[in-house]
Parts: sequence; C-alpha cells; structure tokens
Amino acid sequence: MVNTKVNLCGIELDNPVIPASGTFGFGYEFAELYDINCLGTFSFKGTTKDSRFGNPTPRIAECEKGMINAVGLQNPGVEKVIAEELSKLKKCFSKPVMANVSGFSLEEYAYTCEKLDKEEQVGWLEVNISCPNVHGGGMSFGTSPEAAAEVTKAVKTVTTKPVIIKLSPNVTDIVSIAKACEEAGADGLSLINTLLGMRIDLKTGKPVIANKMGGFSGPAIKPVGIRMVYQVSSAVNIPVIGMGGVETAEDVIEYIMAGATAVEVGAANLVDPYASFAIVNNLPDVMNKYGIKNLNDIKGCAHNG
Amino acid sequence: MNRGIYEIIENKPLTKDIFRMILSGETSHITAPGQFINIQLDGFYLRRPISICDYDEKTITIIYKVVGHGTEAMAKLNAGERLDVLCGLGNGFDTSKCNGKAVLIGGGVGVPPMYNLCKKLLSEGKEVSVILGFNTKDEIFYEEEFKSLGAKVYVSTVDGSYGTKGFVTDVLKNLEYDYFYTCGPMPMFKAIEKIAATSGQYSFEERMGCGFGACMGCSCKTKYGYKRICRDGPVLEREEIIW
Repeated sequence: MVNTKVNLCGIELDNPVIPASGTFGFGYEFAELYDINCLGTFSFKGTTKDSRFGNPTPRIAECEKGMINAVGLQNPGVEKVIAEELSKLKKCFSKPVMANVSGFSLEEYAYTCEKLDKEEQVGWLEVNISCPNVHGGGMSFGTSPEAAAEVTKAVKTVTTKPVIIKLSPNVTDIVSIAKACEEAGADGLSLINTLLGMRIDLKTGKPVIANKMGGFSGPAIKPVGIRMVYQVSSAVNIPVIGMGGVETAEDVIEYIMAGATAVEVGAANLVDPYASFAIVNNLPDVMNKYGIKNLNDIKGCAHNG
Repeated sequence: MNRGIYEIIENKPLTKDIFRMILSGETSHITAPGQFINIQLDGFYLRRPISICDYDEKTITIIYKVVGHGTEAMAKLNAGERLDVLCGLGNGFDTSKCNGKAVLIGGGVGVPPMYNLCKKLLSEGKEVSVILGFNTKDEIFYEEEFKSLGAKVYVSTVDGSYGTKGFVTDVLKNLEYDYFYTCGPMPMFKAIEKIAATSGQYSFEERMGCGFGACMGCSCKTKYGYKRICRDGPVLEREEIIW
C-alpha cells in the first residue's frame, strides 16, 4: 500500500492532485462526470470583488502542446460566488476548497479575501498576483518583490486561513518574489501561473486573440514549471504547490521531486475532462512503479547531492 | 455529455472542401438538434467542435468544412480509424417554441445542424421550409437530402449560378412563417435580424477551449447575463441576443 497523503499548510489532503483555477469552474461541470471528492481539493474560478465579463472574444488560441487563454477573469463577483456558487458546491464536494482570488488594487484583494475567509468550506486562499495594479500604472503586482509583499500583507491582515500566493513566471527573478512573499507572511506559494504568449493568424496577419496576448499553458511549459519550483522550493521554508503542464501521475511525481508539496492540474482538464480523475487513479500504480511508498519521502529529492 | 471512442464509418467529400463523416458509437447523450461533438485529433492540443448533422441509435453524422490544419487532418482520416469524442455538448434548438410554420435558414457550413432539426420538426407534424444559402453552385450540398425529408427547400447563391440570386434573406422576405431557426456566418445573422418577422433561434460559433463550460473561453454577453456559447449556447433565442 502506498501513502498518497500530503499536508498542505496544516490541512491533510488525501492526495496531492488539485485542479487549477480557471480550468475547473466551480466544480459542478466535472461533478456530472465523476465524484470530485476523489481530488485532493480544487482551486475554484478566480474571483474578484466585482462581477467581470473579462476580455473580448476570441480569447482562446491553440498552440503546439498547449493553448493560450485571455479570458480575463470572468466571474460573477465575490458576493454571487458565495451566495450561488459555494452553496451549489456544498452539494457535490465535501472537502475544504481552495478559493482563488484576484484584484486590481490592495483594497480589492483584501475585500475579496476577507469575505471568502469567512466561508466554512474555504480551506485556503490562493491569491493570484499576476493582475495589473490599476494604481501602479498597470504593472502586475507579481512582477516586483515589493508589490507582491504588499498584497501578501494586505491579505494576511484580514484573514485567518492559510494564504497561498500564486506566482507569475513572467519575471526576471522569481526567487526574490517568492522570498518577499514568505517574509510578508505567506503560508504557501503556488507556481507557475501561465507564461505570456501570442499567436498570429497567417490568413489575416493579426493576433488570433482579441486581447493580442494571453497566458500560455499546457505540457509545453512543464520544464519551466519544474525549474521554477526547484529554484523556489530551495529558497523558502513554506510549502510550494507546483503546476505547469501536468497531464499524468508521472508529472505529479516529477513536481514533488522538484520540491512541491502538492500539484495543480490546469489545461489538461480542458482537453480531457477526466484528466484529474485519471491522475488520482493512476498515482498509486506510478508510485509503485518507482518504489515510492510515501510522497513525503521523495519531496525535493532532486535537491539532494 | 459523455466521452467515448467512436469508429469512423465514412469520411468523404460532398464538395471541394465540405466533408461528411459518419461515426459509430454511443449517442444516448444527444438530447436536441443543434448540439455538437468535440473531437480529439492526433497532433493537436485542443479538440475540434463540430455540430451534429444527424444521429440515430448507433451513429452520428457530421459535416465539416476544411478551414485549417485541424480540419485538413480530419479530411485525411479513413474509415475504421477511431476517435476520442466528447458527445452531446451544448444547448441545442428548442422545437417546442415553434407552434406553426417553421423556416430553417442555413448558410454554408451552417447548413448541417438544420438537417436533424428539420427531421424533428417534421416528426412533430410541423410545416417546414428550408433556405440554404451558398456562394455558388459548386458549393451546394444536402439540397436533395432536405427535399427527401419532406421539407420545402429554397436555395440561394450569391452569384446567381443556382436558385435565387442573392442571399438567404432574398428568399426569406417572401416567405410566410411563424418561427425561424438559423445557423451560419455573422453577416447572414445580421441580415436576418434586420428583416425577420417573428421570434427565432440563432446557433452561434466561437473559438472554444474545452467545449463543456469550464474555461469560459467562448462567453458572450446577452440580455440575461453572460452566457457560454459551448454550454448555455450554441443556440440562443432572438430575444436575448445583444447584436
């Protein structure tokens, strides 16, 4: 018997598999297909203070081994998320859920996190700092250690539950941002968010996506994710959730070997709605194949020697 | 929705770039005409959403146009090959809204979903007229198939090489009907919207990520809030659409 349990910021997960925000809605599209209680948990659709439509369409572009999205955080706003989505979620998911939060100012982040922190089913707050700061000339909070630390502090001040800061890979030095978040009180980190990418339609000579650029995800980005998780996990003492291109149980193990405590599955859920279910089911067999009895035994083993 | 492996029974051209594929497999999840399937192809990351033209207990017929690398690869597939398919996606046409004479308007590759809809409306005892719009004579497909169902069929071609010269609206303006259903390109929709005399339903197209409502890639604004073309659509009612 293998042990797939991991502890994420004080909460035990049955397994480290977590569908990533923006690829799993609020769970119920997938609950129609399988019992989503098999998952470690999942990170729900990025929630903001106010309702958002997001960017104009088209906002999806296909790539080799991946896709670009520029959805732009479409969500009904935190009040409706709590009143409608979370009440529906209770009926199909009995575990603590990860609340993914975005904002365009420190006040917005704090407002939304404070509301969600009070929700019983919310186990963790995952704070997406890749959004542009409307008061900071549109620069993303996630691109400077100072701004990332400010968001962390603003959220930590008004919440009680573990705060996980989701880092952008579109930076010069992700380690300095990770350390700044840790010093500001973050309980965990998750990485990587999507890589900024672009496609051009040869027939029109114009970008495929109306927003021109968007976030590149899918198996093509996995080596970047593995590298950044490796770098960040050796520099901080808080748990790291690894993500980027995860499609199989082998990918989960690779991220854990790089130093991740748990692993998020993103774009794979969109091309195969059963992807996370299959990863959970295959994980014990793959652990057996590599002689792994407990995932904690291999965590960060790539750093040794 | 279900996910299954479907075997190709037939894959053949109907015109220069329009192909018909018949797949064998589970069809019990299809609940309405106008729904679609989402096909995984070797070498492509995202699936290809294609509307269902017709189905029975064991087979699904789709008609698709070769417009890019994905559909080019589809056109090269042979009978006997197997495909991973998500089936029964989307909110299709609601035939209960039509209580009299229906007119079905298909433009180009928007024609296929009209076929099963036509069948269903006729089986419900409704009178059905069909307008098929194409650019030119060589692009016409399924005129005979619609006639065989028992519908009154009109064809328009932009260059006048067959049927009524002009657009589907040049036929529509002279017809009597109580309700309309349409699928086709956006300029055709806008022309219909200008002259349509009744309520109706439009089937929209958008670039999709997942095809089942998870990614929000294909959302649109309606009078009743944001809707996902893949899940809440592709069929929307005339009254809710913001043009």
